[in-house]
Amino acid sequence: MTRQERRILLNNIIMFLSSAAAIAGMLFLFWIIGVLIYKGFTALNLDIFTYDMAPPGREESGLRNALVGQLMLVLGASLIGVPIGVLAGTYLSEYGGKKGRLARLIRDISDIMMSTPSIVIGAFIYALLVEPFGHFSGWAGIAALAVMMVPIVLRTTDDMLQLVPGSLREAAIALGAPKYKMILQVVYRGAKTGMLTGILLSIARIAGETAPLLFTSFSNNFFSTDLNQPIASLTVTMFNYATSPYDDWINQGWAAALILALFVLGANIIGRIIIRTKKGDR
Amino acid sequence: MNRLLDTIFHNTTRFFAISVLMVLAALFFVLFNEAKPAIDAFGLQFITNSKWAPNMDIFGGYPAIYGSIISTIIAMLIATPVAIGIAIFLSELAPPWIATIVGMAIELLAAIPSIIYGMWGLFYLAPILRDIWGGNGLGLATAGFVLSIMILPFMAAITRDAMKTTPPILKESAYGMGATRWEVLKDVVIPYVKSGIIGSIILALGRAIGETMAVTFVMGNSHKIPDSIFKPATSIPVTLANEFTEADTDLYYSSLFYLALILLVISFTVIAIAKFWFLRNLQEQRV
Amino acid sequence: MSTICEVTHEHIIEVKDFSFYYAGLDTPNLKKINMPIGKGAVTALIGPSGCGKTTLLRCFNRMHDLYPGNRYDGEILFKGRNILDKKEDLIKLRTQIGMIFQKPTPFPMSIYDNVAYGLRLQGIKSKSELDDRVEQALKDAALWKEVGDRLKSSGTALSGGQQQRLCIARAVAVEPEVLLFDEPTSALDPISTQAIEELIIKLKEKVTIIIVTHNMQQAARVSDYTAFMYLGDLIELGVTEELFITPKEEMTEQYITGKFG
Repeated sequence: MTRQERRILLNNIIMFLSSAAAIAGMLFLFWIIGVLIYKGFTALNLDIFTYDMAPPGREESGLRNALVGQLMLVLGASLIGVPIGVLAGTYLSEYGGKKGRLARLIRDISDIMMSTPSIVIGAFIYALLVEPFGHFSGWAGIAALAVMMVPIVLRTTDDMLQLVPGSLREAAIALGAPKYKMILQVVYRGAKTGMLTGILLSIARIAGETAPLLFTSFSNNFFSTDLNQPIASLTVTMFNYATSPYDDWINQGWAAALILALFVLGANIIGRIIIRTKKGDR
Repeated sequence: MNRLLDTIFHNTTRFFAISVLMVLAALFFVLFNEAKPAIDAFGLQFITNSKWAPNMDIFGGYPAIYGSIISTIIAMLIATPVAIGIAIFLSELAPPWIATIVGMAIELLAAIPSIIYGMWGLFYLAPILRDIWGGNGLGLATAGFVLSIMILPFMAAITRDAMKTTPPILKESAYGMGATRWEVLKDVVIPYVKSGIIGSIILALGRAIGETMAVTFVMGNSHKIPDSIFKPATSIPVTLANEFTEADTDLYYSSLFYLALILLVISFTVIAIAKFWFLRNLQEQRV
Repeated sequence: MSTICEVTHEHIIEVKDFSFYYAGLDTPNLKKINMPIGKGAVTALIGPSGCGKTTLLRCFNRMHDLYPGNRYDGEILFKGRNILDKKEDLIKLRTQIGMIFQKPTPFPMSIYDNVAYGLRLQGIKSKSELDDRVEQALKDAALWKEVGDRLKSSGTALSGGQQQRLCIARAVAVEPEVLLFDEPTSALDPISTQAIEELIIKLKEKVTIIIVTHNMQQAARVSDYTAFMYLGDLIELGVTEELFITPKEEMTEQYITGKFG
């Protein structure tokens, strides 16, 4: 074998291995998706949406209370987390400057907060909002999710606002607009799609979180919209059902997993489509 | 009037921006404060003490710390080569339409809630591993495997993004010297994006070590240090998830916070290293 | 129709009825080009942006093969062999026909390793042989005096002009028969540009050169033959002095007198 043949052989071996790795990795991932779709759709029926959680063996059982609880938690966290994140991101981009020390520090800390283990956030909120009051509550769950959400919204807002060309800002200021009006009316408008996408993705991200809810909002077998009380969520229900020995609970757990995954993936796909069409416009 | 509103707006945004710093400070402070009784009782020996006996009010964090580290190492050993393989495949080998579809699929998979990976691990992977290795199929190896699958999409996506930062002209000039694909990768692409790839791997490691839901189901929950990776064990997040609502004494409760604090410090350090040591260069190169 | 002068040098490359299609396009980017390249001469390709001069240059070492879907039609004969043939060995071709890019492309390694890169790919391991050939290449590229005492330092730490000469050294180290220059001075200051131009004139003793340039003065200074291209057609190939003083085609005249482009 000549030297060049050896080089080509080595190249082919490595390229084969990397293709094999890609195929193997994709097979595993599709296996998981396949299981999720199969088990989820098998267990999914109208009862899931119309009945509340019930003891195993009961005919009339569903996940209505968990779905409602999940929606309330995610909505509540978004109502708190999005405005805070957007305003904080606005500070970084519009007042903090690209190189400002405070702004850079906050960016760095946000990056770290985004990767902080979510169960640690759960423990933190437990100590702040559950232990002093003596009981789990929906508010505690909302707080835990909001703490996770702020850094994500902050960073995307910051990035998106910085994409707005400086000339647009200057044009507004030159017309005599005060800075806050310039930001609210010109900069936000210019960054609208990007910010919406970022917010959508951050909602999707926290919607799939289980660990921070385990000991904040806890769970509730009954229908409840009282945020001062423990409240059911899809994710914690999945956790409880999957570890139970009952087949019908386990199956409902898969249905919950499918609903959750469809929501999260749907939000991601919509976000991507928004970004793509926006790029197309340019 | 405008001036007043301007000041109000400026200071409101500033307040919320600074609140991020305050939350982080509060996070450390609260965890430390809650862990204080356990820190006073066990000191730093908590880290090396392997006895976790709630009925005797004796708590040692070693089994959980050990389990976190070992399961993460297993996950990294499996996921790193596969993720780099996928990244090479996507950035160098696959025809554009395949690279687009597979690349998008990988990004979507990275968004799937981790609890779903955990359920798959419990109901599908564990029974298979039980047949292969015996035991009950739960333990560090299973947890490491599920973790590796969970971080794979994330790791592959950011490694691919790092590889894509190599200027095409640099690759072309290596091809122009008669180099093969592998030689271009080995001599040009990988050295050029080295710090980006290392940063990506460490970032994935940070995710893996703090992951709860993917591993809780398959760890087996045993505070005994296992004599084999195929036997049940525990990790910090798993211990927290399973025992937090059961803690019936102050010391038990405090010890759990001690574990949470240790996890926070580990992940904070790991992520800070990834971000500021390795990935910062990458960002600056791009500018 | 194009006007082709007589190339008195031996023909090292013959382009014959050559067309090139970018991936997904039905209309050719280069249209039935016929031209000879003289051995040991410098041939410059000029023309306005989008005329296809860089596209043509990148056909000589089949660079377009890196991106799937691109298509060649016709023949490019290199010493009588059609390099567009499917069986063509691209690795060997690219060591015979080297390339210098628009921007300096030092690899992320030391100066020495940069120059030795191609040699090592060919399997040369002997330290003394590598040392000799690296030194010779750096001398050929007029860089030895500047970097001879710091071969271990990073290639990316050099100035832009030095980096480009390093890339030339890297290319000449493997002793190619043809060197392709793709606007090699477009990213450089006037003094570095002059150094590269002098180097090109010196190098043609050893190697055939084809250079794409935006700069007509540069073509006039360094080349023996100049080809004027427009919208994928070769309009005129002429001996450089003749083409610039008495162009045969009207379009060439308009271009070199600055009426368009």
